[in-house]
Amino acid sequence: MGVEQKLGNMGIVTTTLEQVVNWSRTRAMWPILFGIACCAIEMMCAQDSDYDMSRFGMELMRASPRQADLMIVAGRVSRKMGPVIRQLYDQMPEPKWVLAMGDCASCGGVFNNYAIFQGVDEVVPVDVYVAGCPPRPEALIHGVVTLYHKVNGEKMKDWA
Amino acid sequence: MNKKIQPIVQALQKDFNAKVEEFRDEVHVFVMPEQIVSACQELRDKHGFTLLSTMTAVDYCPSETPRFHVIYQFTSVTNNLFISIRVPVDGAQPVLPTITGIFKNANWRERELWDMFGIRFEGHPDPRRILMPADWEGHPLRKDYPLGYEEPQFTFSFEEIDLRKPSAKE
Repeated sequence: MGVEQKLGNMGIVTTTLEQVVNWSRTRAMWPILFGIACCAIEMMCAQDSDYDMSRFGMELMRASPRQADLMIVAGRVSRKMGPVIRQLYDQMPEPKWVLAMGDCASCGGVFNNYAIFQGVDEVVPVDVYVAGCPPRPEALIHGVVTLYHKVNGEKMKDWA
Repeated sequence: MNKKIQPIVQALQKDFNAKVEEFRDEVHVFVMPEQIVSACQELRDKHGFTLLSTMTAVDYCPSETPRFHVIYQFTSVTNNLFISIRVPVDGAQPVLPTITGIFKNANWRERELWDMFGIRFEGHPDPRRILMPADWEGHPLRKDYPLGYEEPQFTFSFEEIDLRKPSAKE
């Protein structure tokens, strides 16, 4: 970010700035309304009242990628769907993160064949992988919290 | 054989010199590729099979020639009858006339057969791939198509995994 280049490493000022910005990013991270396959059901369950994801800032899912921060790839990604996901990822503004939910998005899952990408990280760069087929809502929330830990540890020079 | 379907099968045998096979309650009538359009027309108009339930294909390579059997399954809703028409198609240049003019839902079925087996349909209004991406090469459901299997890498070392795995660019 331009701040560090302009002010230099001003010690405590930039550290506190990092903390504030990372804090605010984790407190209201909006995912895209984007469920591909069976894992989408568990994502909907996590969003529901029993395992509330609103308490993590994800009160709503934005249908438009231009307004979203987080892409939860929920489900298997076929070869035909790959360019679509890449286009949606490219349309998201920085800062953006990707959470690969489930076995199929992480490593191809049970589908080891010509038609399914063996892991969505062949298409978009992934930050957090959540295992499970499908992962329970608590597992998805654990993945979201892991992502928040990662965001809290981000340094200013890694910002977009 | 079901009593109601008997006269229909006999009419088909007479008109098209067809071979008939039976398996439990299913009736399979073997028809040559040139005759398929008139056979479907007759089934729809004269015998009341107004619904094309399924159109699929089997690849018998390398054990049998002709290599592909295209299977049409028709349902007569008014009479509650089912009949299967099998068309042996050669493997070198698999071509069949389209029945889209008779049954409109054959449109996507024939696109699927082109995509998965490489069987061309003459006169099809929209011949493009339906399941695989448009620039895919090969026909996946043929028996000589590779499985696309990725070897599981029994290693925990990230460098080794990254060497062999395609990954996204930023």
